[in-house]
Amino acid sequence: MDKGKAVMGAGRRWAVDFSDQSTVPSSRDILDPPGFSRASPEQDDSATSRQKKDAEANWKLQKAWEVAQSPFKNLMMMGFMMWMAGNTVHLFSIGITFSALWQPLSALQSVGKIFEPFKDNKVELLMPKLVFLALNLGGLALGIWKLNTLGLLPTHASDWVSSLPPPQEVEHSGGGFSFH
Amino acid sequence: MAMEIRVSLLLLIFLSSAVISFSLYEDQVGLMDWHQRYIGKVKHAVFHTQKTGRKRVIVSTEENVVASLDLRHGEIFWRHVLGTNDAIDGVDIALGKYVITLSSQGSVLRAWNLPDGQMVWETSLHTAQSSKSLLSVPINLKFDKDYPVLVFSGGYLHAVSAIDGEVLWKKDFTAEGFEVQRVLQPPESSIIYVLGFLHSSEAVVYQIDSKTGEVVAQKSMVFPGGFSGEISSVSSDKVVVLDSTRSILVTIGFLDGVISFQKTRISDLVEESGNAEILSPLLSDMLAVKVNRRTIFVRIGGEGKLEVVDSLSDETAMSDSLPVADNQVAFASVHHEGSKIHLIVKLVDDLDTVLLRESIQMDQHRGRVHKVFINNYIKTDRSNGFRALIVMEDHSLLLLQQGAIVWSREEGLASVIDVTTAELPVAKDGVSVAKVEHTLVDWLKGHMLKLKGSLLLASPEDVAAIQEMRMKSSGRSKLTRDHNGFRKLFIALTRAGKLFALHTGDGRIVWSMLLKSPSKSEACQRPSGISLYQWQVPHHHAMDENPSVLVVGRCGSDSSAPGVLSLVDVYTGKEISSSGIGHSVVQVMPLPFTDSTEQRLHLIADTEGHVHLYPKTSEALSIFQREFQNVYWYTVEGDGGIIRGHAMKSSCAGETADEYCFTTRELWTVVFPSESEKIISTLTRKPNEVVHTQAKVSTDQDVLYKYVSRNLLFVATVSPKGAGEISSVTPEESTLVVYLIDTITGRILHRLSHQGCQGPVHAVFSENWVVYHYFNLRAHKYEVTVVEIYDQSRAENKNVWKLVLGKHNLTAPISSYSRPEMFTKSQSYFFAQSVKTIAVTSTAKGITSKQLLIGTIGDQILALDKRFVDPRRTLNPSQAEKEEGIIPLTDSLPIIPQSYITHSLKVEGLRGIVTAPAKLESTTHVFAYGVDLFYTRLAPSKTYDSLTDDFSYALLLITIVALVAAIYITWVLSEKKELSEKWR
Repeated sequence: MDKGKAVMGAGRRWAVDFSDQSTVPSSRDILDPPGFSRASPEQDDSATSRQKKDAEANWKLQKAWEVAQSPFKNLMMMGFMMWMAGNTVHLFSIGITFSALWQPLSALQSVGKIFEPFKDNKVELLMPKLVFLALNLGGLALGIWKLNTLGLLPTHASDWVSSLPPPQEVEHSGGGFSFH
Repeated sequence: MAMEIRVSLLLLIFLSSAVISFSLYEDQVGLMDWHQRYIGKVKHAVFHTQKTGRKRVIVSTEENVVASLDLRHGEIFWRHVLGTNDAIDGVDIALGKYVITLSSQGSVLRAWNLPDGQMVWETSLHTAQSSKSLLSVPINLKFDKDYPVLVFSGGYLHAVSAIDGEVLWKKDFTAEGFEVQRVLQPPESSIIYVLGFLHSSEAVVYQIDSKTGEVVAQKSMVFPGGFSGEISSVSSDKVVVLDSTRSILVTIGFLDGVISFQKTRISDLVEESGNAEILSPLLSDMLAVKVNRRTIFVRIGGEGKLEVVDSLSDETAMSDSLPVADNQVAFASVHHEGSKIHLIVKLVDDLDTVLLRESIQMDQHRGRVHKVFINNYIKTDRSNGFRALIVMEDHSLLLLQQGAIVWSREEGLASVIDVTTAELPVAKDGVSVAKVEHTLVDWLKGHMLKLKGSLLLASPEDVAAIQEMRMKSSGRSKLTRDHNGFRKLFIALTRAGKLFALHTGDGRIVWSMLLKSPSKSEACQRPSGISLYQWQVPHHHAMDENPSVLVVGRCGSDSSAPGVLSLVDVYTGKEISSSGIGHSVVQVMPLPFTDSTEQRLHLIADTEGHVHLYPKTSEALSIFQREFQNVYWYTVEGDGGIIRGHAMKSSCAGETADEYCFTTRELWTVVFPSESEKIISTLTRKPNEVVHTQAKVSTDQDVLYKYVSRNLLFVATVSPKGAGEISSVTPEESTLVVYLIDTITGRILHRLSHQGCQGPVHAVFSENWVVYHYFNLRAHKYEVTVVEIYDQSRAENKNVWKLVLGKHNLTAPISSYSRPEMFTKSQSYFFAQSVKTIAVTSTAKGITSKQLLIGTIGDQILALDKRFVDPRRTLNPSQAEKEEGIIPLTDSLPIIPQSYITHSLKVEGLRGIVTAPAKLESTTHVFAYGVDLFYTRLAPSKTYDSLTDDFSYALLLITIVALVAAIYITWVLSEKKELSEKWR
């Protein structure tokens, strides 16, 4: 996740792309050296290169699955932390709960960026993405559940009436013992 | 929103549960509280100046206080407040070192050490019947090194040793029904003459041997007309008394045991006739008689012949006679003339010799002079000087000497009968705060000192300086409103009919005002005050109007006497208007409506069952007529055991032309069976109490709806046998029953009976709960019970979605006729102390948790958290309940010494506690009155909404400056380092 971010970061000023794949010499200012044929590797090792590409795609898919499943570990750890924090409102439990809410939210926001390195025509990324989303939503649900157990969600009637002023009275009365 | 409240409430509970009791450090005493010591209206004063250098006066007062005052400054040297039933009948000095007091209708005789007020001895005297009591300390009666004190009370004449209080002898007069009027002792004789009346028509003189108490001789003579009132002794063998028609002066001579009468008509002495009254001052050979508001001086000649020697205008007060040098006797008289009073000291023998004539400017609001006590001293030029102690109509005590008021004591404040609060004026914009407060340098210096103190670097001088600074800090006594609402006025109405405005900051009297009679008629020279109400409290409109209070008074002591209404401007203390209303005042009912100038509407009920609307304006009338159907009033008849409810019927136009008068009709009655129940206490909620919420949330998020109603009356009744003293009945004979009655419909909402319990009941009613204190005869302990009332009919409002969408009727106006179902929760606890009064804290929004303020029998005030009297307390509260602050149930309520808000002080003779909210939600003003006054500010849940006074702003400032500096320095350093890195 972090690597992808670093590569794709906005701080880049210039770059040299050494993996130029273009086959058209005219696109370059410099002529190809004599005896160099661009077409030759394709013609020669097309089978091996296809194999290589397949392997790369497989690897990407595998990595994508790994990334997709990574929130699960997080989820387990969060669950443990929440259990440790207990059900009372104090600094620790509030911090845990809010981080448990924040992490899935930020992950959900950047789901596209996280899966960008594995983008490939041949790689089917939908399933990993869905799994990733589901797990993060699960984390979010866990956080909300925790918030509720802490009593910080207005889900009870008491949360809605606790500041209701007492009703006005129609009748007024006064009196008592008479003055002596 | 709700979440935030929950969070803040939870935090609040945590903060409050951190420290259970309210307590104070020693150096915080006097920062927020003040205490004033009083003695009450002086009845007797005995000067004591035999030893030079000890200039003191011993006084006894109507508040049952015996005290020794410093004559130089008027300070109290020592003071003893006897109980409310222990009225002082006489005070005198014996042996030159003991103060002798006779109290409780002459049944208790006590001796106090003169210099320090320690009690030396106490003797309870046997009394058989109630009668006038008399204390006499003969000056030169002595036998066997003992000096007897003669006391007549309850039909017995006692001679009590002044040294140890032992009864030397007693003479029983109960069989004859003899009333001793005077004990006279001829000089150099061991025989004392006891003079008195038998059935008010027979004069009897006993000659009693003072050593043994045996009657040596007895003479009696019947006077056909009968006597009335006091007798006045004019010489060692003559007394003067009025006959029963109060028109004839009878001189009784009893020389050598022979009684002789001599009658003189008053009409023969002076032209005026009418009921005469002998003034109690004792002048030798001279008599002061008050006839038709004139005081005449009558000299008794050698053969008992009376002649008028002088007469004075009516408003004269006279002192007792005082022996001055060369066997001469002097007396003082004080009379008014305009705004001045004139003090004249004359010789009794020669009324033309004026020893002293002084005129002193006197404050109009002190009224007339009621009593004068004089004392003489030898000046440096060997002539006689006089000082006079005078008691004014407003009960104040003043010392006059050399034509000036040396000191004055506002003793009216010892008898406060009603208290209300008022705001101070808003600060004017023109006045710069910096000028009033401090200069910036002073401010910084002060904070540096405080910082030193908090870092434990301060020297003892610094500590003293800090303490002094805190004591007079931050303009606590300024006469303007402050942001937190800490500065306020307490308006107190005293029994003398005087209003005092006391500043909460330092307790000083901002203004005082004696109620004036609206008419000049003789029947009502001075109205007596009954109660105080807030008449006008401008806060939304009419901001340019000054707030005012309504004083309801009465002309005369009878309940059918015509009432007097007086409006007093709170800012200036001036009477805006004073009017006699043509009807009596039985009850006053402030209505929850105000007119366009924010004057509150009041209904005043009279003895005829009519109610009168005030203010008498057409606007008020139209407001009242709109709510005409919804106004009710109820009366409690303690003797009959009946509570009656009334509704407005119609204007009483048929009987009188007064359109502001309304008739009422009786709606309901609650009759308590007189053979088994007697009303001993009733209580309602304070009408101005603010309740924040109607819901009570329990630990499991369940909601209970409080039954919050102003129309609830708490009534406590006890079996007639149990209405007496505590433990005078067996548990089987006494039952205490408490009721909660709706005062609109007369419906009894709740009834709770306590078998084997009795009063007195002290209760407090707030929000939806009542806490009351009574005596349990079975357990021989005091008990406190709490009853909380909840509304069952609202309990179904539990659907969250309906609540979210606002589809509920929880805020709709409710009527008592809708007969809401309700249920109660209650719990009882033992309480170790006897209680005089209970109050509860009140805050501006009603959010802060409450404390009960319990005035204990020791005249202290104990603050007890409401959490201790919570019916949800159980023996083993669950974890969640503990977190919510529920305390495990114990059989008795704890008395934590640190939670006495009066700390080491006593509010002697405590009678009432008044609480008022400050603007700051956490804080409440507490004012306690009795013989003493005490004020403090309380924060029942700590001051969670403001920084404390001793918060070190300097430390905060220095920390911020240091941090900013550190950031700047490190930034510079890092810049430098980076630059050098780049050049490498």
